[in-house]
Amino acid sequence: MKLRTIVELIEGQVLSEAADLDREVQGGCGADLMSDVLAYSLSNAVLLTGLCNPQVVRTAQIADVAAVVFVRGKRPPNGTIDLANQEGIPLVSSPYGMFEIAGRLYHAGLPSCEACLD
Amino acid sequence: MNKPASSPLRISRAITDKAAGVITRIEELSYDLKVGEVMTRRLQTVQPEMRMGAVLDLFRTARISGAPVVAAGEPAKLVGVLSLEDLIHALQINDLRAPVSEYMTTKVITARATDPVVEALKTFGARNVGRLPVVDEAGQLVGILTKGDITDGVLQALQKEYQAEEVRRYRASHLFEDIISDRTSLILRYRIEARDFTHGGNASSNIKRALLRLGADAQLARRCGIAAYEAEMNLIIHTIEGGTVKLEIEPGLIKIEVTDTGPGIPDVDLAREPGYSTATDEVRELGFGAGMGLTNIQRCVDDMQLESTMGVGTQLTMHIHLPEEIPPRA
Repeated sequence: MKLRTIVELIEGQVLSEAADLDREVQGGCGADLMSDVLAYSLSNAVLLTGLCNPQVVRTAQIADVAAVVFVRGKRPPNGTIDLANQEGIPLVSSPYGMFEIAGRLYHAGLPSCEACLD
Repeated sequence: MNKPASSPLRISRAITDKAAGVITRIEELSYDLKVGEVMTRRLQTVQPEMRMGAVLDLFRTARISGAPVVAAGEPAKLVGVLSLEDLIHALQINDLRAPVSEYMTTKVITARATDPVVEALKTFGARNVGRLPVVDEAGQLVGILTKGDITDGVLQALQKEYQAEEVRRYRASHLFEDIISDRTSLILRYRIEARDFTHGGNASSNIKRALLRLGADAQLARRCGIAAYEAEMNLIIHTIEGGTVKLEIEPGLIKIEVTDTGPGIPDVDLAREPGYSTATDEVRELGFGAGMGLTNIQRCVDDMQLESTMGVGTQLTMHIHLPEEIPPRA
């Protein structure tokens, strides 16, 4: 699914510069615990999170996350946006909660990009 | 920060200190690139005494929408600019027999070939002009500049940078073939400060980038990046004086050594249990400290050893075996 479609489905607002909205996203994952993202997200997923600090961007960059969606209308601090622009990670803010966003995307055909417990 | 994402080139506004912190590469290029590098050199000029009807034919055949007006002489002198709009004015009153000098704009706004492109962008933003004649230091006409020229110039510069990165990547990825020894390895060292949450992950980020540049595949770079990141965060969260991350790359093996000088882990086996954590709420608010770090590392590496002595320090050693020599053949 294109990032553009995801942004539309969740009525998101793109917060970062140079976001390639035509980028193909493989699936989604949701977590506030960055270690969970590092452990269980598969490459090229959109990450739904309530966490706004720069570590989210670092985690996204290390774990090959395609884009970060902040849930419940959260706005990350400038430090987070700066780092995202530097690393080329698109940031999106959606007014909906994590459950609603995940539901909308899953319903529209975006698969889960979380590895099962091994 | 609040600038529209779609038009990074529109920077006619003054740049504040705050905005300066988030200048994009494209904006940087608009300072680096000079007008003379992006302008069109082969330019069509018209003469003041030329008839508007002839200009109409010229614009049509040369597919241009404006031209500088140059008076004959040695050296030739820039005396005005004639735009499509001027031509339309003449057409409206059926005055195509009039000379160019009657319709041209004589107050010519020019750009200097030696100016950075950003200056020309400011002029485009402030004045309602579609093209700027470009002059050299002596005031001689040397070219013409449109916004399209700037876009093309910036894109070409970006393309060049991209190719340069490709070349760097190619060179780095052949390092191990080009240098002959009995055992070649590349060592990267990073110093990590305790409690430096702001820069947490920078070292791991650089490690991942280095591996990609060396020709590692995405999956391998990701595994090493995750292992290094968790270890780096442990140094930031738990140590007294920080520590070091050392990455050694050799054909067939990547070794990551993370060393600190204390306080040490009282019970190493307990620390390795998933979910066991001594992290503070502050750390948990950052999305770490859930006791999953060492578990995550273990999942990413082929083997790891954790040794710790209270009051002396901790050493974490990780090995990642490479299925084929790094770099894999591209």
